[in-house]
Amino acid sequence: MIYADNAATTKMSSAAINSMIDCIKNDWGNPSSLYSFGQRAKEILSSARKNIAECINADPDEIYFTSGGSESDNQAILSAAKIGAKKNKRHIISTTFEHHAVLHTLEKLKKEGFEIELLEVHENGIVLPEQVKNSIREDTCLVTIMFANNEIGTIQPIEEIGKICREKKIIFHTDAVQAAGHLPIDIKAQNIDMLSISAHKFHGPKGIGVLYARKGVALSNLIEGGAQEKGKRAGTENLPAIVAMATALKSACENMKVNSEKVSALRDKLIEGLEKIPHCELNGDRENRLPGNVNFCFEGIEGESLLLLLDDKGICASSGSACTSGSLDPSHVLLAIGRPHEVAHGSLRLSIDETNTPEEIFCIVKSVAEVVDYLRNMSPLWKDKVCGKREFVLR
Amino acid sequence: MALYSEKVMDHFRNPRNVGSIENADGIGEVGNCKCGDIMKMYLKIDGDIVTDVKFETFGCGSAIASSSMATELIKGKPIHEVMKLTNKAVTEALDGLPAHKLHCSVLAEEAIQSALQDYCTKNNLDYNSL
Repeated sequence: MIYADNAATTKMSSAAINSMIDCIKNDWGNPSSLYSFGQRAKEILSSARKNIAECINADPDEIYFTSGGSESDNQAILSAAKIGAKKNKRHIISTTFEHHAVLHTLEKLKKEGFEIELLEVHENGIVLPEQVKNSIREDTCLVTIMFANNEIGTIQPIEEIGKICREKKIIFHTDAVQAAGHLPIDIKAQNIDMLSISAHKFHGPKGIGVLYARKGVALSNLIEGGAQEKGKRAGTENLPAIVAMATALKSACENMKVNSEKVSALRDKLIEGLEKIPHCELNGDRENRLPGNVNFCFEGIEGESLLLLLDDKGICASSGSACTSGSLDPSHVLLAIGRPHEVAHGSLRLSIDETNTPEEIFCIVKSVAEVVDYLRNMSPLWKDKVCGKREFVLR
Repeated sequence: MALYSEKVMDHFRNPRNVGSIENADGIGEVGNCKCGDIMKMYLKIDGDIVTDVKFETFGCGSAIASSSMATELIKGKPIHEVMKLTNKAVTEALDGLPAHKLHCSVLAEEAIQSALQDYCTKNNLDYNSL
Protein backbone atom coordinates (compact mmCIF):
# COMPACT_ATOMS: atom_id res chain seq x y z
CA MET A 1 0.00 0.00 0.00
CA ILE A 2 1.18 3.52 -0.79
CA TYR A 3 -0.40 5.92 1.69
CA ALA A 4 -0.77 9.41 0.22
CA ASP A 5 -3.63 10.82 2.27
CA ASN A 6 -1.83 12.37 5.23
CA ALA A 7 -4.05 15.44 5.10
CA ALA A 8 -6.94 13.14 6.04
CA THR A 9 -5.05 11.41 8.82
CA THR A 10 -1.56 10.16 9.61
CA LYS A 11 -0.12 6.94 10.95
CA MET A 12 0.73 7.27 14.63
CA SER A 13 4.46 7.31 15.33
CA SER A 14 5.92 4.45 17.39
CA ALA A 15 6.99 6.94 20.04
CA ALA A 16 3.44 8.31 20.32
CA ILE A 17 1.96 4.79 20.49
CA ASN A 18 4.45 3.75 23.17
CA SER A 19 3.82 6.85 25.28
CA MET A 20 0.07 6.25 24.98
CA ILE A 21 0.31 2.60 26.00
CA ASP A 22 2.62 3.44 28.87
CA CYS A 23 0.11 5.96 30.15
CA ILE A 24 -2.81 3.54 29.79
CA LYS A 25 -0.92 0.79 31.61
CA ASN A 26 0.82 2.74 34.33
CA ASP A 27 -0.70 6.17 34.77
CA TRP A 28 -4.41 5.64 34.43
CA GLY A 29 -5.35 7.67 37.46
CA ASN A 30 -7.70 10.63 37.30
CA PRO A 31 -5.74 13.93 37.36
CA SER A 32 -8.52 15.41 39.50
CA SER A 33 -8.04 12.84 42.29
CA LEU A 34 -6.39 13.92 45.53
CA TYR A 35 -4.26 10.85 46.30
CA SER A 36 -0.74 10.64 44.96
CA PHE A 37 -1.59 8.23 42.12
CA GLY A 38 -4.04 10.83 40.79
CA GLN A 39 -1.60 13.63 41.41
CA ARG A 40 0.99 11.77 39.37
CA ALA A 41 -1.45 11.77 36.46
CA LYS A 42 -1.89 15.50 37.03
CA GLU A 43 1.85 16.02 36.77
CA ILE A 44 1.98 14.08 33.51
CA LEU A 45 -0.87 16.25 32.23
CA SER A 46 1.02 19.43 33.20
CA SER A 47 4.17 18.19 31.56
CA ALA A 48 2.31 17.42 28.29
CA ARG A 49 0.71 20.86 28.41
CA LYS A 50 4.12 22.47 28.89
CA ASN A 51 5.66 20.53 26.00
CA ILE A 52 2.86 21.50 23.66
CA ALA A 53 3.01 25.15 24.76
CA GLU A 54 6.74 25.23 23.98
CA CYS A 55 6.11 23.98 20.43
CA ILE A 56 4.10 27.11 19.59
CA ASN A 57 5.83 29.56 21.99
CA ALA A 58 2.76 29.84 24.24
CA ASP A 59 2.40 29.63 28.02
CA PRO A 60 1.05 26.35 29.41
CA ASP A 61 -1.89 28.34 30.87
CA GLU A 62 -2.98 29.17 27.35
CA ILE A 63 -3.32 25.54 26.21
CA TYR A 64 -6.78 23.92 26.41
CA PHE A 65 -7.24 20.27 25.48
CA THR A 66 -10.22 19.49 23.27
CA SER A 67 -11.47 16.55 21.21
CA GLY A 68 -9.77 17.88 18.07
CA GLY A 69 -9.70 20.56 15.40
CA SER A 70 -13.44 20.87 14.90
CA GLU A 71 -14.17 21.40 18.58
CA SER A 72 -11.34 23.92 18.86
CA ASP A 73 -12.63 25.86 15.85
CA ASN A 74 -16.17 25.86 17.24
CA GLN A 75 -15.12 27.01 20.71
CA ALA A 76 -12.74 29.67 19.42
CA ILE A 77 -15.27 31.23 17.06
CA LEU A 78 -18.24 31.07 19.42
CA SER A 79 -16.13 32.54 22.25
CA ALA A 80 -14.95 35.46 20.13
CA ALA A 81 -18.50 36.04 18.93
CA LYS A 82 -19.75 36.20 22.52
CA ILE A 83 -17.03 38.69 23.47
CA GLY A 84 -17.96 40.74 20.40
CA ALA A 85 -21.69 40.66 21.06
CA LYS A 86 -21.16 42.09 24.55
CA LYS A 87 -19.62 45.16 22.92
CA ASN A 88 -22.27 45.17 20.20
CA LYS A 89 -19.72 44.07 17.61
CA ARG A 90 -21.11 41.47 15.24
CA HIS A 91 -18.95 41.58 12.12
CA ILE A 92 -16.68 38.58 11.42
CA ILE A 93 -14.08 38.27 8.66
CA SER A 94 -13.04 34.90 7.24
CA THR A 95 -12.36 33.34 3.82
CA THR A 96 -14.41 31.36 1.31
CA PHE A 97 -12.25 28.25 1.61
CA GLU A 98 -12.12 27.57 5.33
CA HIS A 99 -12.76 24.12 6.74
CA HIS A 100 -16.45 23.39 7.34
CA ALA A 101 -15.80 23.39 11.11
CA VAL A 102 -15.27 27.13 10.65
CA LEU A 103 -17.77 27.83 7.86
CA HIS A 104 -20.66 25.97 9.48
CA THR A 105 -20.02 27.68 12.82
CA LEU A 106 -20.05 31.03 11.03
CA GLU A 107 -23.33 30.10 9.32
CA LYS A 108 -24.81 29.39 12.72
CA LEU A 109 -23.70 32.82 13.93
CA LYS A 110 -25.18 34.43 10.83
CA LYS A 111 -28.59 33.08 11.86
CA GLU A 112 -28.03 34.71 15.24
CA GLY A 113 -27.55 38.11 13.65
CA PHE A 114 -23.82 38.24 12.97
CA GLU A 115 -22.57 39.61 9.67
CA ILE A 116 -20.10 37.23 8.05
CA GLU A 117 -17.71 38.53 5.40
CA LEU A 118 -15.88 35.83 3.46
CA LEU A 119 -12.82 37.09 1.60
CA GLU A 120 -11.90 35.77 -1.86
CA VAL A 121 -8.76 33.65 -2.03
CA HIS A 122 -7.86 34.24 -5.69
CA GLU A 123 -6.65 31.70 -8.24
CA ASN A 124 -3.58 30.82 -6.19
CA GLY A 125 -5.56 30.10 -3.03
CA ILE A 126 -4.03 32.86 -0.91
CA VAL A 127 -5.80 35.76 0.77
CA LEU A 128 -3.94 39.09 0.89
CA PRO A 129 -3.32 40.96 4.16
CA GLU A 130 -4.65 44.12 2.43
CA GLN A 131 -8.01 42.42 1.94
CA VAL A 132 -8.23 41.84 5.67
CA LYS A 133 -7.12 45.39 6.41
CA ASN A 134 -9.69 46.86 4.03
CA SER A 135 -12.51 44.75 5.42
CA ILE A 136 -12.00 45.62 9.07
CA ARG A 137 -14.77 47.80 10.49
CA GLU A 138 -15.57 49.42 13.82
CA ASP A 139 -17.82 46.48 14.66
CA THR A 140 -15.46 43.69 13.59
CA CYS A 141 -15.07 41.25 16.48
CA LEU A 142 -13.12 38.39 14.90
CA VAL A 143 -10.85 37.51 12.00
CA THR A 144 -10.59 33.74 11.45
CA ILE A 145 -8.32 32.58 8.65
CA MET A 146 -6.75 29.16 8.29
CA PHE A 147 -2.97 28.74 8.53
CA ALA A 148 -2.83 26.37 5.56
CA ASN A 149 -5.65 24.97 3.47
CA ASN A 150 -6.57 21.33 3.97
CA GLU A 151 -7.30 20.55 0.33
CA ILE A 152 -4.86 22.59 -1.72
CA GLY A 153 -2.24 23.18 0.97
CA THR A 154 -1.77 26.89 0.36
CA ILE A 155 -0.14 28.78 3.24
CA GLN A 156 -1.74 32.07 4.27
CA PRO A 157 0.17 35.24 5.29
CA ILE A 158 -0.63 34.61 8.96
CA GLU A 159 2.03 36.88 10.48
CA GLU A 160 0.94 39.92 8.44
CA ILE A 161 -2.75 39.28 9.10
CA GLY A 162 -1.98 38.84 12.80
CA LYS A 163 -0.14 42.14 12.87
CA ILE A 164 -3.06 43.98 11.30
CA CYS A 165 -5.53 42.43 13.76
CA ARG A 166 -3.32 43.20 16.76
CA GLU A 167 -3.00 46.84 15.73
CA LYS A 168 -6.77 47.09 15.40
CA LYS A 169 -7.28 45.10 18.63
CA ILE A 170 -9.38 42.48 16.89
CA ILE A 171 -9.27 38.82 17.92
CA PHE A 172 -7.40 36.71 15.36
CA HIS A 173 -8.08 32.97 15.26
CA THR A 174 -6.36 30.56 12.90
CA ASP A 175 -7.27 26.96 12.14
CA ALA A 176 -3.77 25.46 12.16
CA VAL A 177 -4.90 21.84 11.86
CA GLN A 178 -2.89 21.23 8.68
CA ALA A 179 0.02 23.41 9.76
CA ALA A 180 0.88 22.23 13.26
CA GLY A 181 3.94 20.00 13.24
CA HIS A 182 4.58 20.85 9.57
CA LEU A 183 5.17 24.63 9.57
CA PRO A 184 6.81 26.83 12.23
CA ILE A 185 4.22 28.31 14.58
CA ASP A 186 5.06 31.09 17.01
CA ILE A 187 1.92 32.61 18.44
CA LYS A 188 3.82 35.62 19.79
CA ALA A 189 5.76 36.49 16.62
CA GLN A 190 2.71 35.76 14.48
CA ASN A 191 0.29 37.73 16.70
CA ILE A 192 -2.16 34.86 17.02
CA ASP A 193 -4.89 35.12 19.68
CA MET A 194 -6.48 31.72 19.16
CA LEU A 195 -5.32 28.65 17.30
CA SER A 196 -6.73 25.16 16.63
CA ILE A 197 -4.66 21.97 16.49
CA SER A 198 -5.55 18.33 15.85
CA ALA A 199 -3.13 15.56 16.90
CA HIS A 200 -3.89 12.99 14.21
CA LYS A 201 -2.49 15.26 11.50
CA PHE A 202 1.05 14.97 12.88
CA HIS A 203 1.32 11.26 13.77
CA GLY A 204 -0.61 11.61 17.02
CA PRO A 205 -3.88 9.91 17.97
CA LYS A 206 -7.40 10.78 16.78
CA GLY A 207 -9.95 12.46 19.01
CA ILE A 208 -7.58 14.86 20.71
CA GLY A 209 -6.60 18.43 19.94
CA VAL A 210 -5.68 21.79 21.35
CA LEU A 211 -7.23 25.18 21.50
CA TYR A 212 -4.66 27.84 22.24
CA ALA A 213 -6.26 31.00 23.63
CA ARG A 214 -4.12 33.97 24.56
CA LYS A 215 -4.40 35.19 28.15
CA GLY A 216 -7.18 37.74 28.28
CA VAL A 217 -9.30 36.09 25.60
CA ALA A 218 -12.25 34.69 27.55
CA LEU A 219 -13.45 31.30 26.40
CA SER A 220 -17.11 30.26 26.50
CA ASN A 221 -17.84 26.62 27.25
CA LEU A 222 -19.16 24.16 24.72
CA ILE A 223 -19.19 21.46 27.42
CA GLU A 224 -20.23 22.15 31.01
CA GLY A 225 -19.77 19.95 34.02
CA GLY A 226 -16.38 20.14 35.65
CA ALA A 227 -13.35 22.14 36.62
CA GLN A 228 -11.02 20.59 34.05
CA GLU A 229 -9.18 22.95 31.66
CA LYS A 230 -9.71 25.83 34.06
CA GLY A 231 -13.45 25.21 33.91
CA LYS A 232 -13.56 25.94 30.18
CA ARG A 233 -13.87 22.37 28.91
CA ALA A 234 -15.44 19.84 31.24
CA GLY A 235 -14.79 16.11 31.20
CA THR A 236 -12.04 13.87 32.57
CA GLU A 237 -8.92 14.52 30.54
CA ASN A 238 -8.05 11.95 27.86
CA LEU A 239 -4.59 11.64 29.35
CA PRO A 240 -3.19 8.80 27.17
CA ALA A 241 -4.15 10.73 24.03
CA ILE A 242 -2.83 14.01 25.44
CA VAL A 243 0.52 12.41 26.30
CA ALA A 244 0.77 10.84 22.84
CA MET A 245 -0.15 14.18 21.20
CA ALA A 246 2.61 15.93 23.14
CA THR A 247 5.13 13.24 22.13
CA ALA A 248 4.08 13.49 18.47
CA LEU A 249 4.08 17.30 18.33
CA LYS A 250 7.44 17.60 20.04
CA SER A 251 8.97 15.11 17.64
CA ALA A 252 7.35 16.77 14.62
CA CYS A 253 8.68 20.18 15.66
CA GLU A 254 12.17 18.88 16.41
CA ASN A 255 12.39 17.18 13.00
CA MET A 256 10.46 19.83 11.10
CA LYS A 257 13.35 21.26 9.11
CA VAL A 258 14.72 17.89 7.97
CA ASN A 259 11.29 16.44 7.19
CA SER A 260 10.11 19.57 5.45
CA GLU A 261 13.09 19.59 3.10
CA LYS A 262 12.73 15.91 2.33
CA VAL A 263 8.96 15.99 1.81
CA SER A 264 9.05 19.20 -0.27
CA ALA A 265 11.57 17.59 -2.62
CA LEU A 266 9.31 14.54 -3.02
CA ARG A 267 6.30 16.80 -3.51
CA ASP A 268 8.04 18.73 -6.28
CA LYS A 269 8.97 15.49 -8.01
CA LEU A 270 5.35 14.38 -7.80
CA ILE A 271 4.13 17.69 -9.22
CA GLU A 272 6.66 17.57 -12.05
CA GLY A 273 5.63 14.02 -12.91
CA LEU A 274 1.90 14.66 -12.90
CA GLU A 275 2.23 17.89 -14.86
CA LYS A 276 3.30 15.86 -17.88
CA ILE A 277 -0.25 14.47 -18.18
CA PRO A 278 -2.04 16.58 -20.81
CA HIS A 279 -4.84 18.94 -19.76
CA CYS A 280 -4.30 18.98 -16.04
CA GLU A 281 -3.37 21.77 -13.63
CA LEU A 282 -1.97 22.07 -10.14
CA ASN A 283 -4.45 23.60 -7.69
CA GLY A 284 -3.07 26.30 -5.42
CA ASP A 285 0.15 28.27 -5.32
CA ARG A 286 3.22 26.27 -6.23
CA GLU A 287 5.61 27.91 -3.76
CA ASN A 288 3.51 28.75 -0.72
CA ARG A 289 2.14 25.31 -0.04
CA LEU A 290 2.45 22.63 2.62
CA PRO A 291 5.51 20.41 2.13
CA GLY A 292 3.38 17.31 1.54
CA ASN A 293 0.43 18.66 -0.46
CA VAL A 294 -0.21 17.98 -4.14
CA ASN A 295 -3.61 18.70 -5.68
CA PHE A 296 -4.44 18.46 -9.36
CA CYS A 297 -7.48 18.75 -11.60
CA PHE A 298 -7.64 16.39 -14.58
CA GLU A 299 -9.97 17.36 -17.37
CA GLY A 300 -12.65 14.97 -18.68
CA ILE A 301 -12.75 12.53 -15.77
CA GLU A 302 -14.46 12.22 -12.39
CA GLY A 303 -12.57 11.96 -9.11
CA GLU A 304 -14.34 9.04 -7.45
CA SER A 305 -13.60 6.61 -10.30
CA LEU A 306 -10.02 7.85 -10.22
CA LEU A 307 -9.76 7.09 -6.48
CA LEU A 308 -11.33 3.64 -6.81
CA LEU A 309 -8.92 2.63 -9.57
CA LEU A 310 -5.93 4.03 -7.66
CA ASP A 311 -7.13 2.02 -4.66
CA ASP A 312 -7.02 -1.10 -6.86
CA LYS A 313 -3.37 -0.24 -7.48
CA GLY A 314 -2.81 0.13 -3.74
CA ILE A 315 -2.70 3.94 -3.62
CA CYS A 316 -4.67 5.85 -0.97
CA ALA A 317 -5.64 9.36 -2.08
CA SER A 318 -8.63 11.72 -1.95
CA SER A 319 -10.68 13.94 -4.24
CA GLY A 320 -12.91 17.00 -4.14
CA SER A 321 -15.49 15.58 -6.53
CA ALA A 322 -19.18 15.79 -5.58
CA CYS A 323 -19.33 12.01 -5.28
CA THR A 324 -16.65 12.02 -2.62
CA SER A 325 -17.84 15.17 -0.86
CA GLY A 326 -21.25 13.64 -0.20
CA SER A 327 -23.09 16.56 -1.76
CA LEU A 328 -24.15 17.57 -5.26
CA ASP A 329 -21.44 20.18 -5.53
CA PRO A 330 -17.74 19.55 -5.80
CA SER A 331 -15.30 20.92 -3.21
CA HIS A 332 -15.98 24.50 -2.08
CA VAL A 333 -12.22 25.04 -1.99
CA LEU A 334 -11.78 24.29 -5.69
CA LEU A 335 -14.79 26.46 -6.56
CA ALA A 336 -13.27 29.23 -4.38
CA ILE A 337 -10.09 29.31 -6.48
CA GLY A 338 -12.23 29.61 -9.61
CA ARG A 339 -12.27 26.06 -10.94
CA PRO A 340 -15.49 25.39 -12.87
CA HIS A 341 -17.68 22.52 -11.57
CA GLU A 342 -16.76 20.31 -14.50
CA VAL A 343 -13.04 20.45 -13.72
CA ALA A 344 -13.45 20.41 -9.92
CA HIS A 345 -15.14 16.99 -10.23
CA GLY A 346 -11.87 15.65 -11.63
CA SER A 347 -9.60 16.59 -8.73
CA LEU A 348 -7.04 14.49 -6.92
CA ARG A 349 -5.31 15.28 -3.62
CA LEU A 350 -2.14 13.43 -2.74
CA SER A 351 -0.71 14.30 0.67
CA ILE A 352 2.62 12.65 1.38
CA ASP A 353 4.92 12.53 4.39
CA GLU A 354 8.53 11.79 5.31
CA THR A 355 8.02 8.03 5.08
CA ASN A 356 7.15 8.08 1.37
CA THR A 357 10.00 7.09 -0.96
CA PRO A 358 11.09 8.31 -4.41
CA GLU A 359 10.06 4.86 -5.74
CA GLU A 360 6.56 5.40 -4.38
CA ILE A 361 6.40 8.82 -6.03
CA PHE A 362 7.39 7.25 -9.34
CA CYS A 363 4.71 4.58 -8.88
CA ILE A 364 2.04 7.19 -8.08
CA VAL A 365 2.88 9.22 -11.20
CA LYS A 366 2.79 6.14 -13.41
CA SER A 367 -0.47 4.86 -11.89
CA VAL A 368 -2.26 8.22 -12.07
CA ALA A 369 -1.22 8.65 -15.72
CA GLU A 370 -2.54 5.18 -16.57
CA VAL A 371 -5.84 5.60 -14.74
CA VAL A 372 -6.49 9.09 -16.13
CA ASP A 373 -5.85 7.80 -19.64
CA TYR A 374 -8.12 4.78 -19.11
CA LEU A 375 -11.00 6.89 -17.76
CA ARG A 376 -10.62 9.50 -20.49
CA ASN A 377 -10.92 6.78 -23.10
CA MET A 378 -14.42 5.94 -21.88
CA SER A 379 -15.47 9.55 -21.23
CA PRO A 380 -17.87 11.13 -23.77
CA LEU A 381 -16.87 14.51 -22.33
CA TRP A 382 -13.20 13.92 -23.13
CA LYS A 383 -14.07 12.63 -26.60
CA ASP A 384 -16.07 15.80 -27.34
CA LYS A 385 -13.08 17.90 -26.30
CA VAL A 386 -10.60 15.95 -28.38
CA CYS A 387 -12.76 16.25 -31.51
CA GLY A 388 -13.41 19.94 -30.87
CA LYS A 389 -17.13 19.78 -29.98
CA ARG A 390 -16.35 21.21 -26.55
CA GLU A 391 -13.52 23.45 -25.47
CA PHE A 392 -10.74 22.39 -23.13
CA VAL A 393 -10.80 24.23 -19.82
CA LEU A 394 -7.26 23.38 -18.74
CA ARG A 395 -4.19 23.91 -20.87
CA MET B 1 -19.09 -2.55 4.78
CA ALA B 2 -17.62 -1.44 1.50
CA LEU B 3 -19.21 1.49 -0.33
CA TYR B 4 -20.26 -0.70 -3.27
CA SER B 5 -21.41 -4.31 -3.75
CA GLU B 6 -19.09 -6.86 -5.36
CA LYS B 7 -21.22 -6.67 -8.50
CA VAL B 8 -20.87 -2.89 -8.77
CA MET B 9 -17.12 -3.18 -8.35
CA ASP B 10 -16.97 -5.96 -10.95
CA HIS B 11 -18.84 -3.86 -13.51
CA PHE B 12 -16.77 -0.81 -12.60
CA ARG B 13 -13.45 -2.63 -12.89
CA ASN B 14 -14.41 -4.65 -15.96
CA PRO B 15 -17.09 -2.64 -17.70
CA ARG B 16 -18.94 -4.51 -20.45
CA ASN B 17 -19.66 -2.94 -23.85
CA VAL B 18 -17.51 0.19 -23.50
CA GLY B 19 -17.03 2.24 -26.65
CA SER B 20 -19.08 3.59 -29.53
CA ILE B 21 -20.86 2.16 -32.57
CA GLU B 22 -20.24 3.66 -35.96
CA ASN B 23 -23.49 4.38 -37.78
CA ALA B 24 -25.50 3.56 -34.67
CA ASP B 25 -29.27 3.39 -35.18
CA GLY B 26 -29.89 5.36 -32.01
CA ILE B 27 -27.69 7.52 -29.80
CA GLY B 28 -28.70 8.97 -26.44
CA GLU B 29 -26.74 11.28 -24.18
CA VAL B 30 -27.94 12.41 -20.74
CA GLY B 31 -26.52 14.20 -17.70
CA ASN B 32 -24.21 17.19 -17.70
CA CYS B 33 -20.63 17.97 -16.86
CA LYS B 34 -21.60 20.42 -14.10
CA CYS B 35 -23.09 17.56 -12.07
CA GLY B 36 -20.18 15.30 -12.91
CA ASP B 37 -22.16 12.63 -14.81
CA ILE B 38 -22.58 12.18 -18.56
CA MET B 39 -23.80 8.92 -20.09
CA LYS B 40 -23.90 8.16 -23.80
CA MET B 41 -25.54 5.02 -25.27
CA TYR B 42 -25.21 3.72 -28.80
CA LEU B 43 -27.76 1.19 -30.11
CA LYS B 44 -27.66 -1.07 -33.15
CA ILE B 45 -31.18 -2.21 -33.98
CA ASP B 46 -32.08 -4.95 -36.42
CA GLY B 47 -35.78 -5.45 -36.97
CA ASP B 48 -37.12 -5.11 -33.46
CA ILE B 49 -34.02 -6.45 -31.72
CA VAL B 50 -31.28 -4.40 -30.08
CA THR B 51 -28.43 -6.40 -31.58
CA ASP B 52 -25.59 -4.34 -30.17
CA VAL B 53 -25.08 -1.65 -27.55
CA LYS B 54 -22.07 0.36 -26.41
CA PHE B 55 -21.64 3.09 -23.83
CA GLU B 56 -19.32 5.93 -22.86
CA THR B 57 -19.54 7.45 -19.39
CA PHE B 58 -17.99 10.38 -17.57
CA GLY B 59 -18.77 9.84 -13.92
CA CYS B 60 -18.22 8.04 -10.67
CA GLY B 61 -17.88 4.31 -10.01
CA SER B 62 -21.60 3.68 -9.78
CA ALA B 63 -22.26 5.65 -13.00
CA ILE B 64 -19.82 3.45 -14.92
CA ALA B 65 -21.18 0.26 -13.31
CA SER B 66 -24.82 1.29 -13.97
CA SER B 67 -24.05 1.95 -17.65
CA SER B 68 -22.27 -1.36 -17.98
CA MET B 69 -25.07 -3.33 -16.31
CA ALA B 70 -27.75 -1.55 -18.36
CA THR B 71 -26.04 -2.55 -21.62
CA GLU B 72 -25.92 -6.18 -20.49
CA LEU B 73 -29.60 -6.11 -19.60
CA ILE B 74 -30.73 -4.87 -23.01
CA LYS B 75 -28.32 -6.51 -25.44
CA GLY B 76 -30.15 -8.95 -27.75
CA LYS B 77 -33.56 -7.97 -26.34
CA PRO B 78 -36.62 -6.87 -28.33
CA ILE B 79 -37.29 -3.13 -28.35
CA HIS B 80 -40.56 -3.39 -26.39
CA GLU B 81 -38.61 -5.01 -23.53
CA VAL B 82 -35.74 -2.52 -23.72
CA MET B 83 -38.25 0.32 -23.43
CA LYS B 84 -39.42 -1.09 -20.13
CA LEU B 85 -35.97 -1.20 -18.52
CA THR B 86 -36.17 0.68 -15.24
CA ASN B 87 -33.51 2.10 -12.96
CA LYS B 88 -34.83 -0.31 -10.35
CA ALA B 89 -33.95 -3.27 -12.56
CA VAL B 90 -30.43 -1.88 -13.06
CA THR B 91 -30.01 -1.30 -9.33
CA GLU B 92 -31.29 -4.77 -8.45
CA ALA B 93 -29.02 -6.42 -11.00
CA LEU B 94 -26.11 -4.60 -9.34
CA ASP B 95 -27.16 -5.95 -5.90
CA GLY B 96 -28.11 -2.43 -4.87
CA LEU B 97 -26.54 1.03 -4.87
CA PRO B 98 -26.03 3.45 -1.95
CA ALA B 99 -29.03 5.80 -1.62
CA HIS B 100 -27.09 8.86 -2.79
CA LYS B 101 -25.96 6.96 -5.91
CA LEU B 102 -29.41 5.84 -7.13
CA HIS B 103 -29.47 8.73 -9.61
CA CYS B 104 -26.73 6.91 -11.57
CA SER B 105 -29.14 4.07 -12.36
CA VAL B 106 -31.76 6.66 -13.34
CA LEU B 107 -29.27 8.16 -15.80
CA ALA B 108 -28.72 4.70 -17.33
CA GLU B 109 -32.47 4.25 -17.84
CA GLU B 110 -32.77 7.74 -19.32
CA ALA B 111 -29.77 7.27 -21.64
CA ILE B 112 -31.34 4.13 -23.15
CA GLN B 113 -34.74 5.82 -23.56
CA SER B 114 -33.05 8.79 -25.16
CA ALA B 115 -31.23 6.49 -27.62
CA LEU B 116 -34.54 4.78 -28.48
CA GLN B 117 -36.14 8.16 -29.06
CA ASP B 118 -33.30 9.07 -31.38
CA TYR B 119 -33.92 5.81 -33.25
CA CYS B 120 -37.60 6.74 -33.62
CA THR B 121 -36.81 10.24 -34.87
CA LYS B 122 -34.32 8.92 -37.41
CA ASN B 123 -36.83 6.36 -38.68
CA ASN B 124 -40.01 8.40 -38.47
CA LEU B 125 -41.49 6.13 -35.84
CA ASP B 126 -43.82 6.94 -32.99
CA TYR B 127 -42.00 6.20 -29.72
CA ASN B 128 -45.21 5.31 -27.94
CA SER B 129 -46.20 2.75 -30.54
CA LEU B 130 -42.91 0.89 -30.49
